[in-house]
Formats: sequence, C-alpha cells, structure tokens
Amino acid sequence: MSKLRTGVLGVFAHLDSATDAIRRLKGEGFEITSYSPTPRHEVEEAMETPESPVRIFTLTGAFTGTAAGTALATWTSIDWPLIVGGKEIVSLPAFSVIMFELTILLGALSTVAGLFFLGRLPHIGPPEAPMYHPSFTAGNFGVFAHAPRDRYDDVQRIMTDAGSEEVLVDHR
Amino acid sequence: MSTVDRPVTAIRSAFHPDVESYEQVNRDANRLLTKPGKGYLALLGMAVSLVLLMVVAELHNIWFGLGMSGLTNPVGWGVYITTFVFWVGIGHAGTLISAILYLFRAPWRQSIYRFAEAMTVFAVLTAALFPIIHIGRPWFFYWLLPLPSQRHLWPNFRSPLLWDVFAVTTYLTVSSVFFFIGLIPDIAAARDSATHPMRKRVYTILALGWKGTDREWRHFTRAYLFLAALATPLVLSVHSVVSWDFAVSIVPGWHTTIFAPYFVAGAILSGVAMVVTLMVPVHRIFRLGAYFTETHYDRLAKLLLLTSLIVGYAYGMEYFMAYYSGELYERDVFWDRVTGQYWWAGWSMITFNAIIPQLLWIPKVRRNLNAFFLISIFVNIGMWWERFVIIVPSLAHSYEPWKFTNYHLTWVEASILLGSFGWFFMWFLLFLRYLPGLSIAEIKEVLPPPMRRHDPAEHMAQTDASGTQVEVYPTGYYA
Repeated sequence: MSKLRTGVLGVFAHLDSATDAIRRLKGEGFEITSYSPTPRHEVEEAMETPESPVRIFTLTGAFTGTAAGTALATWTSIDWPLIVGGKEIVSLPAFSVIMFELTILLGALSTVAGLFFLGRLPHIGPPEAPMYHPSFTAGNFGVFAHAPRDRYDDVQRIMTDAGSEEVLVDHR
Repeated sequence: MSTVDRPVTAIRSAFHPDVESYEQVNRDANRLLTKPGKGYLALLGMAVSLVLLMVVAELHNIWFGLGMSGLTNPVGWGVYITTFVFWVGIGHAGTLISAILYLFRAPWRQSIYRFAEAMTVFAVLTAALFPIIHIGRPWFFYWLLPLPSQRHLWPNFRSPLLWDVFAVTTYLTVSSVFFFIGLIPDIAAARDSATHPMRKRVYTILALGWKGTDREWRHFTRAYLFLAALATPLVLSVHSVVSWDFAVSIVPGWHTTIFAPYFVAGAILSGVAMVVTLMVPVHRIFRLGAYFTETHYDRLAKLLLLTSLIVGYAYGMEYFMAYYSGELYERDVFWDRVTGQYWWAGWSMITFNAIIPQLLWIPKVRRNLNAFFLISIFVNIGMWWERFVIIVPSLAHSYEPWKFTNYHLTWVEASILLGSFGWFFMWFLLFLRYLPGLSIAEIKEVLPPPMRRHDPAEHMAQTDASGTQVEVYPTGYYA
C-alpha cells in the first residue's frame, strides 16, 4: 500500500509530455504520484484512476439524514402528543420538509467527510510524495516516480525523453 | 513546438480569448489580493459604518422592545421579514451558477461562479440576522431549535416557520461548505505564490496541505459533483419553503399554490441582478475583461430576462386567479395593491421586475455594461419592493375593513435595513481582499491545456487582426 519514500520528480510544462512520462514509467513498473493545476481527464486516463468511492459516503449520509429527519419529527410529536390545527400527530406531509432538509445536510457533510478521509485532508505528517514544486498550482504538471535509488538514472532518462523541463532528484 | 509550417499559432479558449496561459490566471487572480487602493478602504469604511448603525439600532430595539419598529396589529411582519426574504432570494443565483450550471457543464460558469458563490454565503449570512432581530428577544433564538427542555416541549414540526429554520440553516451550512471546498485548490495556489509571511502561513493552514495530486483530484472532483447535486434541489427547496411561510396561511394575497415557483424565479431574478451589480464594478476596478467577457454578460442577461418573464407571468396569473376565483377578499387585496395606499410600491415592483428587464431583448443593451448595470440595480430595488408588496399590503388590508391599517417605517427599521447592506458588502469586500476571487483551478478547466503536439485540423481556426493564427477551442473539456 505505502509507496516508496524515495524517487524522482519531473516538472512538465505540457500536458501530453506529462501523460507520456506517466504511461512509460508505469510501463516500467514504477508507482506514480502526479500533480496538476486543474483536474484533467488526460491525467486520469494515464494514471488509470478508478472511480472514487466518495459516492458511498454521500449515499450513506443522505439516507442517515432522511432517517434522522423522520425520527426527530415523529418522536418529538409522540413524546408530547398535542393536536395542532386538527392534523395527525404524525403528519408525514409536513414532516417531509424536515426529512428532505436533513437528507441534504447530512448528505453534504458526509460527502465532505469522505473527501477528507479518502483524499487525506488536511495533510498532517509526511506527504504522499516527498517532493513538490510550487509551480504545480500555477501552470506546470508534475510526475513523481517512487523509485529506489539505484533506478534514478532510468527514471531521469524516461522523464527527459518525454519532454520534462526540469528533473529533480531526491538525494536525502 | 508544433512542426506545422505556418505563422505562430496561438491556442485560446472561445470563452476567454484573451487568456494566454494557465500562469496568467494565477497572476490575474493574485492581483485581486494585492494592496488595496484608497477607493477600497473608503468602501470598506462605509460598509463598516453602516454595520455600526445597525448595531446601534438593534441595541435600541432590544432595549426598548419591538415597539420601536413600525410593527402593529395586524401588520406583524414588516421590513424585517421583507428584508429576510430579499436576502435569502439574493443567495439563490449564486447556487444556481455554482451548482446547477456545474451539473449542466456550462462553460461560462467558471470565471464568475466564485463571486456568485461568495455572494450566496454572505447573502444568507445577512438573511439569517433578520429572523433573530424580528423575534425581539434574540437571546431566546434557541427556542426555535429542537432541543430537549425540562418540560419535554418540542418545536411544532407542522409549522412552516420551523421548516424555514431547517431550510435556511441547511442552506447556510451547505453553501458555505460548497464555497470552502471549492476554495481549497485556489487557496493552495495563493499559498504557493504568497510573499508576505503572514499570508503564506494563513493560506498554508487554510489550504489543508493541498498539492493537486491525483489522489486529491480524484476524490475532490467526485465530492464536488455530489455537493453540486445536493445543492441543486436544496436551492430550489429553500425559497419554496420560505414561500410556504406565507402560502400555508389563510391571508388573502398569500394563500396561493403558485408561490413556490414564483418565489424561486423571483429569487433567481434578484440574485442574477445582484451578481451583475457586484461584477461590473469589480470588472472595471481590477480590469477583468479577460474573464468577464461579453459572452458572460450576454448569458447572464438572458437568465435575467427568462426569470423576469416567469415573474411577470406570475404577477399576471395572481391577478387572473384573484379575478377568476370570484373570491371577494382575494380580489380586494389585489385591487388594493395597485390602487390603494401602497400603489406606488405595487407599480414599482411591476415596472422594475417585469417591464424594465424587457430591454434585454435588445442585444446592444445586453452587451452594454452601463445599461445592464443600471437594469440590475432597478431589479434589486424592484425585488425588495416585491417582498414588501406581498407582505405588508396583504396584512394591512385583509378581510375586515375595520382592521385595515397602515404601516410606518421607523428609523430603527430603516437603519437595520441599511445596515444589512453594509454587513453584506463588508463581508464581500473582505472576501475580495483575502481569498481568491477568481476560481484559479476551474478557469483552467475551460482553457486549452498546454500541449506539445496538437492536431490543428480538429478545431476552428481564425486569423486575428495582427495576422496571428488563433485556434479557438469551444471549451477546455475537449482537446
């Protein structure tokens, strides 16, 4: 599961050269962490990213919300049964608003919880890849190949061939 | 670079032909965060003074009681509730632009949605003040919440007012969450280019360690999609629930089934108007012509025109139903709205919301910033009057003639109304100065990505005035 803590970082000014590098490095069996300033489907395709399981969090949260809304409105009405406006004690049409709002509220909050949990946010402790370049939030794409020290040369060669602007090696 | 033998080729987005590269977006967005001019400080000073005025008026209101407002029997809802409905409505366009247009993949949304969304959060933040002010004893606000009490008394879940508590708090929470989640990658961009050490530290904390890795984007894009999918029905529900505060009662002029769609359309109309009111000055001051293009204004104008037509239809339909139902009290209230003591409010609502926006049928008006800005101001005023016309004249003129009355605005209410604008603009101005006002990561989605190889035949090519061949990508989703 955990990736190697050493490796080589390539800085790419072009999207297609970054995806070329990803494909070739993955072909050589390296694990990759990619950086991009904006989500691009080309990177996802090259990385062969599977579907994110965030949706399970959303669904669970939303259903929990519906149940919580139903339970809250029903139970409090039964707890002190008082007829208001000649309506049923458990007036489901009126309660549907509460059920709906809590569905949305808990659905949204658990989506965020899912994002934080799966995306490992906020980042505390050592980052996923030990190297980063501030230009990755501006215009450059980044490819970090998790590689043992003895294979640095291979990685550097592939990255340069693919068109990397700058290859940074982790010498720690 | 490209091996095709022809003059230097520039590749641009059809929506942002003046944006050359990803880096330019960062530069322009960071420009918003630089040292502000005197004009900014003056505006902020004005906003803060209005907030102080509101605080003074509200303290007066608390000390001497709600009698300091013009509220009386039977006009129990006045300017406070009018202003509450107005601000909740303003928020709607922000969510429409940020969530609904996201689901529709509308590529003109990217550059304006951050403003619109910030507007939503601050508008709902403003709206949330008013029920608390209106209850007169704000320290008992928690009575509205379903908290266990000593006597096992719970709030009445059959009451539309309680639905409203749930709808508005959910809306405030979800729109804030949506806003802050969308900000994470852009705060990371601001962090990476910040030079001031204090700013760098704060952005580092707020960015939550975002680096734009494949793992982060993978979950982020999905989570964002689901948040948009949840915010979409939410935004349509919120103003429906607000409208039921009225429609579920038996007051003539309120008790109609058209209220939910009518309120939602009105909310989007007023919200789009407020987006334009905020966009045009920001566009002019920060020279954001590359991001807020003619296309953006044109689409916003069409949205405004559409919602204005829906609202105009609802006005007409209300009068038709009052006439056609044969209901004496209903007819009387609607006749009173345009001929009675509040005729000026009734007519300004119809003129500002349904008639003046019709000018936007003319393409020249849609593309003229000054004209569009002016129309947006008219609509803002008109929409406040709409809420006033629905609330006050209906209460002041219902059923029995002996209880017909008038409602007089007091200085306390006027100050709180003015203060609410100060409160809203104060937050908006602080937002502009400290958080990325342009969505850095999302604007890049509609820009063509930097490529070494590309196939020019796939895309429309044009030659601009300087002889440079410019290839125009319809959106960044292709390529």
